Amino acid sequence: MVSEQSSAKYTEAYPALAATLPGLDTPWLQAYRQAGLTAFAEHGFPHLRDEEWRYTNLSALQKNHFIPTASQVVDAAWLESYRLQDAWSVVLVNGRFSADLSRLAGLPEAVKVQSLRQVLQQNPTAVQDLLGQAVGNDEHSLVAFNSAWFGDGVWLELAADYQSPKPLQIIHVVTEPDALAATRQLWLLHDNATVEIVETFIGSTERYFTAAINEVFLRGNAALTLHKVQLEAEQAVHFGGCYLKQNAHSRFIHHNFALGAALARSDIHAALNFAAECTLQGLYLGCQRQHLDNHTRIEHLKPQGISREYYKGVLDQRARGVFQGRVIVAEDAQQTDSQMNNRNLLLSADAEVDTKPQLEIYADDVKCSHGVSVGQLEEKSVFYLQSRGLDEASARNILTFAFANEMVDKVENAELQAMLLKELLVRFPAISL
Amino acid sequence: MLSIKNLHVNVGDKPILKGLSLDIKPGEVHAIMGPNGAGKSTLSHVLSGKAGYTVTEGSVSYYGQDLLAMAPEIRAREGVFLAFQYPVEIPGVSNIYLLKAALNAIRNHKGLPEVDAMDFLTLVKGKVKLLQMDEKFLYRAVNEGFSGGEKKRNEILQAAILEPKLCILDETDSGLDIDALRIVSEGVNSLRSAERSFLMITHYQRLLDYIKPDVVHVLADGRMVKSGGPELALELEEKGYSWLEGQAA
Repeated sequence: MVSEQSSAKYTEAYPALAATLPGLDTPWLQAYRQAGLTAFAEHGFPHLRDEEWRYTNLSALQKNHFIPTASQVVDAAWLESYRLQDAWSVVLVNGRFSADLSRLAGLPEAVKVQSLRQVLQQNPTAVQDLLGQAVGNDEHSLVAFNSAWFGDGVWLELAADYQSPKPLQIIHVVTEPDALAATRQLWLLHDNATVEIVETFIGSTERYFTAAINEVFLRGNAALTLHKVQLEAEQAVHFGGCYLKQNAHSRFIHHNFALGAALARSDIHAALNFAAECTLQGLYLGCQRQHLDNHTRIEHLKPQGISREYYKGVLDQRARGVFQGRVIVAEDAQQTDSQMNNRNLLLSADAEVDTKPQLEIYADDVKCSHGVSVGQLEEKSVFYLQSRGLDEASARNILTFAFANEMVDKVENAELQAMLLKELLVRFPAISL
Repeated sequence: MLSIKNLHVNVGDKPILKGLSLDIKPGEVHAIMGPNGAGKSTLSHVLSGKAGYTVTEGSVSYYGQDLLAMAPEIRAREGVFLAFQYPVEIPGVSNIYLLKAALNAIRNHKGLPEVDAMDFLTLVKGKVKLLQMDEKFLYRAVNEGFSGGEKKRNEILQAAILEPKLCILDETDSGLDIDALRIVSEGVNSLRSAERSFLMITHYQRLLDYIKPDVVHVLADGRMVKSGGPELALELEEKGYSWLEGQAA
């Protein structure tokens, strides 16, 4: 069996690893991990036969054996260049919460930010009702894998009515070759709480595997703005899943930037209760042989929910992009208002994109639309710029930049926007602003 | 400054221009009128270097240089400016960014340093006022969501800042109401000088009420069939084009 082979390296090494994972003496947690291990051992890594994975080949995970490392060595100056100054920050080094590198001074009592490892060792009941509740091990086998393997993560709890004045940045950094950084984030925003979170993924080594899962619980009228900035190293494999339970009137805004990694898959699944709002915006920018897969699922479970989805892709050379956007409107979810749009720009004949919007509507009084486009730069636009004195290469660069920059422009955090702009300009060097 | 001799141009296999000749001296304003399909827009596209046209015969000399051998951006930097009949919308690129990038490309070509940021802003704001535009237009994406009149004004704004030697106005009057036509024309007139030449392509005589040409040509079936002074335009307005078709200039 292919699946057995693919998981064997990992499952064989698991017993030795398990002894180092938090929560050994907590039966419910052990049961949860065991269920994950069993599901993963049975299925192996997701394969092309799985409908939700038909465009993404994970054989790199089978060929290599990525293992957790205890190393906490980081090039401090390099790390600082990614840190937002006007924010609290947490640094996870090789999947471990680093208290030394984190900056949480002055955090008010209403905000709890803790190492999940520590919580599971000292006070596991605090998260017992949350772990595994936003996503099940049956979602797919990378979730199951994460359930068994995660060693740490960020536990965030915002008290009711607390509006955080500053964003929280979580920097996921990997420094060791062949490292596995498996983390689980649990975020709970009580009623009316508001916060902005920036997740930055970086690596200072070549080949490694990040598997980060966020389970997010937005209670009534809570609001979360989340930015994901995926800048993994060139040969890295990245899996990031964000799974949300949105209670009535809660609001979620996501800005998803997939710029790095050789192979990256992003899952964003939101389940919307009464009058909840969900806005998903993304940009995937691939070159060389990058493979960037974006999978979203918005489930309208109750009436009057609003969802807006807008993803853009730019693929150059032999890069491949995937957009799978699924919107499900349950029978009970009348007066749902949902729009989805995916636009792609292919810059070379060898670049490829697979885009698959899916609407599943079981209610009859809804407003849903979707649109998809795949194209090249418009020659009339290139000529227009040339006719104003710009050479052809610059004209193409500017137009490509403009296409991508629309998504950066939507980021309201000025410091983060400047950081993203810098990353875009590195990729479109002919532009000087 | 511009000398077109016996120009033949095909689109695909189809001949569009069939031996067109035209001489423009510095400071002159020439108007080209003619029926639909005569080749007016083809002429403006060929002069500005748009792809998709094959020159099969003839030559275009611009200040003694072979214009047709130049890439579109080199023509622009050498002072050829085309005001588009249908200006292109460029989402994500602000007007002011394009103006600055274009001006610097031209300055760089001339061996001049990049324009000083403050000087540039002063220059641009002055021209914006001249064209009775709102400064907000500078920070909006190029032509995106602009009305027809705003787009045409924006073209003239670009010309005012880039200071071309040859300004080709391709049906700049089309789609303009009478107020917009007046403002655009005033903008064009303010650009007139002893060195700067204009080639105005139009269907209608009314533009020539505002911008007085030195020479009026009638283009029909790919060649000039008649040339004359401004009074020719009035004659055309009265009689139409049919009496000229089939004639050679």
